[in-house]
Amino acid sequence: MFTNATFEPFIVKDCALLTIATGRTARNLKEMTDHLVNIHIGSIYHHFWDGLLRSRFADPEYNNDFAEWVHHALQDNILAERLSIINPAAFPDLESLRWGLLEIMEQRLDEIEMVAWAKLDMQFHFVRSQIMVFETREVIETPEQLGEAVSKMTEGSIFYHFIDARRRSPEMMDDFRSWLKSCGADCEDLFSQLASVDPYFGSLVELRGRLTNLFTNYFRRVSE
Amino acid sequence: MTSIQDYAPVTGKDVIERLYDLARPLRGMKVVHVNSTYVGGGVAEILSKLVPLQKDLGLDVRWEVIRGEERFFQVTKSFHNGLQGIPVPLTDSLLKVYRKTGAHNAEQLRSVLEEADIVIIHDPQPLPLLRSCPNRKGKWIWRCHIDLSHPYRPVWKYLRDFVMEYDASIFSLADFAQPLPHTQYLMQPSIDPLSDKNKELTPEEVHAVKLQFGLDPDRPIMLQVSRFDRFKDPLGVLKAYRLVKSFAPSLQLILAGGGATDDPEGEAVLTEVRNGAGTDKDIHVLLLPPDAHVTINALQRGADLVVQKSLKEGFGLTVTEALWKGKPVIGGDAGGIRLQVVNYQTGFLVKTPEGAALRARYILSHPQRAIEMGLKAKELVRQNFLLTRNLREYLSIILASLYGEQERIELHLKTAP
Repeated sequence: MFTNATFEPFIVKDCALLTIATGRTARNLKEMTDHLVNIHIGSIYHHFWDGLLRSRFADPEYNNDFAEWVHHALQDNILAERLSIINPAAFPDLESLRWGLLEIMEQRLDEIEMVAWAKLDMQFHFVRSQIMVFETREVIETPEQLGEAVSKMTEGSIFYHFIDARRRSPEMMDDFRSWLKSCGADCEDLFSQLASVDPYFGSLVELRGRLTNLFTNYFRRVSE
Repeated sequence: MTSIQDYAPVTGKDVIERLYDLARPLRGMKVVHVNSTYVGGGVAEILSKLVPLQKDLGLDVRWEVIRGEERFFQVTKSFHNGLQGIPVPLTDSLLKVYRKTGAHNAEQLRSVLEEADIVIIHDPQPLPLLRSCPNRKGKWIWRCHIDLSHPYRPVWKYLRDFVMEYDASIFSLADFAQPLPHTQYLMQPSIDPLSDKNKELTPEEVHAVKLQFGLDPDRPIMLQVSRFDRFKDPLGVLKAYRLVKSFAPSLQLILAGGGATDDPEGEAVLTEVRNGAGTDKDIHVLLLPPDAHVTINALQRGADLVVQKSLKEGFGLTVTEALWKGKPVIGGDAGGIRLQVVNYQTGFLVKTPEGAALRARYILSHPQRAIEMGLKAKELVRQNFLLTRNLREYLSIILASLYGEQERIELHLKTAP
């Protein structure tokens, strides 16, 4: 299999996210948009992605902290639904995501006559993440080992290699596809299957299961 | 003594392996924790667990305690109350005692502190040490374990001058962070799954504790564990219990809390609760000693309904403890309870006694659903609120303070284990 391809060993990494207070808070939608214009970009990252590394239930009510806050603190369910459908993976970078988010919020500000206020203990605290990446002692030598290796990865490793990778790679690609690049047309089908995995709507445990099945089934099929 | 490997059956082996991976670049690093007591209080309890575990991971860790006379602890007790928003008097003579005690302790500890790579100062008592260590070579971090959301301003203004000189600080919740000129990390509290309060108990042990307090082990139990404090709303719990009782006449209520003899308000609340309980023999108001950890553990495990109907709450570790025991919690919609209780997933958030009663009836009449929610509750704590997560965060913060402010820090395997 992949006779023409050579692979450097894939070093499995893990990550820990540290949470840092920015000192900025919002109690209504106007304050929220004012901060969003220039809040540290790591804060946008945190409020969309960090939730995945926190324990997530099978069916979270809302998929990001902004939608969650708008629903619980401002009780504006129209805006909460609009914010919840945002898929951060669909934006080319975090700056675009920032402006996409602002667009939706500003449109809502145009629609409403009065801004709702959150109670003092329900204000939105902007925080940001610092990501600590470290190598584990796990190494993947050949693509055929991917299914088993992925099944043993921690949620932190899944996050780093499948989600965070899109931010690191110029092609917004996960690390598995980047690693398999050298097999070229041989892997086209596998590439397209990986590209169609939506990492955002679900938990990391579910995502690990999907990737494990995907790799296992693919390599079983091609070996037959 | 507990070793890091003892946690593997609880957290999973991979979590422990990753701790070793993360700690590898820190092996041999000199880390000093400083607080004001070896025994008693939450901070000493945390350090008694954390320090041996950090040593297990290869760090050269010391735990130092500052000493002071009675007046010093008077002033630091005032600081503690002031930081939690209670107006307290500050006199020049008391502040002088505070600074002088700091300088005196620095004389004793200077060589250790100045040589350390990382110094972690816990709470306000040892804050002035930094000023007396001009030749310090490491990074100094202030770990604040106190709810600083609405401090009494004169106290915070005074202490802030000391805090500002630190390289970083750590707060438990975003609500507690303050405007400061350095990085403020957030680290939520955690529970130790192997401690007396949280370890597994046999059904016989739980049964024995029920009998000890005159409870009928065959009838359902509703429980709230908390100090006798108005913000914990024990009278609201009594009201909720009575609303449920008309639908579940066999229900028993336990309100269990620590001693309140040195707290005039606590004593008053306790009296109100006892009066509110009246002659109902199914209401048990238990005043427990501070070391009644196994008793609390058994009560939580033996309860059918766990309530934490706080009106205001910092984090709510009693909620974490109950969730860890697989109990869905009916919690007040306040503070850190919101981070732990998710409607229909790990329990219910309520605002009124009526709401608590409604959710209690739901749990009592849906035992299978309660079991499912309990499983999710335990998993939530396993992933987010165990001591091993705190350990991982301490390691990450130490690394971050060495590597600087950058958003992304990449560590490479340099040494084999």
